[in-house]
Amino acid sequence: MEHAAVPAWAMMAYLISGVFFILALRGLSSPASSRRGNRFGMAGMLIAVVTTLVSQYRPTLTWPSPPQNSPEYADFLARSAENAGNEVNLLWIAGAIAVGAIIGLTTARRIKMTDMPQLVAAFHSLVGLAAVLVGVAAYLNPEAFGILDANKEILTVSRIEMGLGVAIGAITFSGSVIAFLKLAGKMSGSPIMLPGRHVINLGTLLAIIGLTAYFAILPTNSTEWVFWAIVALSFIIGFLLIIPIGGADMPVVVSMLNSYSGWAAAAMGFTLHNSAMIITGALVGSSGAILSYIMCKAMNRSFISVIAGGFGAVASEGGEAKEQRPWKRGSAEDAAYMMQQAESVIIVPGYGMAVAQAQHALREMADILKREGVKVKYAIHPVAGRMPGHMNVLLAEANVPYDEVFELEDINSEFAQTDVAFIIGANDVVNPAAKTDKTSPIYGMPVFDVDKAKTVFFIKRSMGGVGYAGVDNDVFYMDQTMMLLADAKKMVDDIVKALQH
Amino acid sequence: MDFISILSIFVMACFVGYYVVWSVTPALHTPLMAVTNAISSVIIVGALIAAAASGAPGAKWLGLLGVVLASINIFGGFAVTARMLAMYKKKDK
Repeated sequence: MEHAAVPAWAMMAYLISGVFFILALRGLSSPASSRRGNRFGMAGMLIAVVTTLVSQYRPTLTWPSPPQNSPEYADFLARSAENAGNEVNLLWIAGAIAVGAIIGLTTARRIKMTDMPQLVAAFHSLVGLAAVLVGVAAYLNPEAFGILDANKEILTVSRIEMGLGVAIGAITFSGSVIAFLKLAGKMSGSPIMLPGRHVINLGTLLAIIGLTAYFAILPTNSTEWVFWAIVALSFIIGFLLIIPIGGADMPVVVSMLNSYSGWAAAAMGFTLHNSAMIITGALVGSSGAILSYIMCKAMNRSFISVIAGGFGAVASEGGEAKEQRPWKRGSAEDAAYMMQQAESVIIVPGYGMAVAQAQHALREMADILKREGVKVKYAIHPVAGRMPGHMNVLLAEANVPYDEVFELEDINSEFAQTDVAFIIGANDVVNPAAKTDKTSPIYGMPVFDVDKAKTVFFIKRSMGGVGYAGVDNDVFYMDQTMMLLADAKKMVDDIVKALQH
Repeated sequence: MDFISILSIFVMACFVGYYVVWSVTPALHTPLMAVTNAISSVIIVGALIAAAASGAPGAKWLGLLGVVLASINIFGGFAVTARMLAMYKKKDK
């Protein structure tokens, strides 16, 4: 019974659900179509779930129904008989879905937008664990998954797919747990370096691949320890891979784990011969890979060096202000006056703004300026938040219209014609050393040309601390720069007050 | 379906994914991650098969647990995406 279990109508339905998932991502090409896209996603998921349940419980719906003398017909009758007393399972399944729905919806409603990265990491870990559970279940009950050959052995190709599926799932799970702990601040963000970790990691990885191959060629009844060894080693390597990666690289890690969760789903789709899972897996896998690439490029770091880990431990030695240089201190009144007189203002927000929860005050400030006829734009660096696009969400939450928010390459040429650049909670992304100083740890990273603006206001807590990468910033000491030293939210509140006078 | 036809679907889907994801505006990268998270929980299909099957009780319980985990992700993922997307507004003219 090689995969006779999935009737043709069900395959069709899975294909439709796969297409709906493609449309869901397609919708995200603009905020206007995005909500419709999300609904496509929900519809696709509903189709996939209903199809599975119906094809499991209603084998009589097999269409076209198998001819009476065909081998499928015997299978069809057997399945009907098998499912006869099985309805009680349906209640269990409904209960399981309800429990998941309650937990999921409550979390989604309560989560703060600043906490999105750790929520996404937590969700990734669930996908990974679910993939492992499905893989183990398929191993324990291969008949239900239709992956047995004539001799009641699990098909060789299915074994490879299963092995890969549980391995990727387990890595996704344990890696995401570490990423979650680091992002949520429940574990130190600084990289933890084990001696000889490259050798250990590489060895474990090779062992997993070797065991998967071994699992494929052994007869089924003697494979048990191999299968469990693959699962155990994969859980371990997930931990080992993410532990040495520093907090600054977490956006890449989250994107990478996003990609892994997709590949895990795809591998399981291969095992189940399910097109919805394969299409989705490929979509999610590419999506995560592209986001990792974008993040790496925005930090000018190679993917390999991120994976190898350790960033943030060595970079700090280059830091600290090398020399005392003169700088100008401004006040909220200065900033208010200058911006009222300006024709155009570009705001450069960084993660520090989100930490200070200054986004609502910032939007208020921008509203007042706009009412007075000042052109206000926001400039967002790809790594401004803790995950791709995070800053855009935070600004959207503060009711900043998305058509006032611009990406790095779209706005960078405008700084030269801008009266005021207003930097709040950002540092490395406006550091000209990235363009000029070859010895700088951030050299080569694309940055905003704020130094070309006529006036620069730089909100910073104090002159002591330097950015995430630990590099001094020449912008502090430029003639046209005024440092606004205070907590970001308090400073913006003060500027708002000064503007209202 | 044989292995080659499945592989063909997979390879084609990778290309579709590549082009579709590059067309996603960077402003929506966080919702993109949330929604991909939700749809990758289509793995619930496998969990449902395990949970619905009779025979191996161990596999059934694992399947049910898988259904719970995947449902958290599906409902949570779509809901949080919807919540984020509702915040993106155009300038009111």
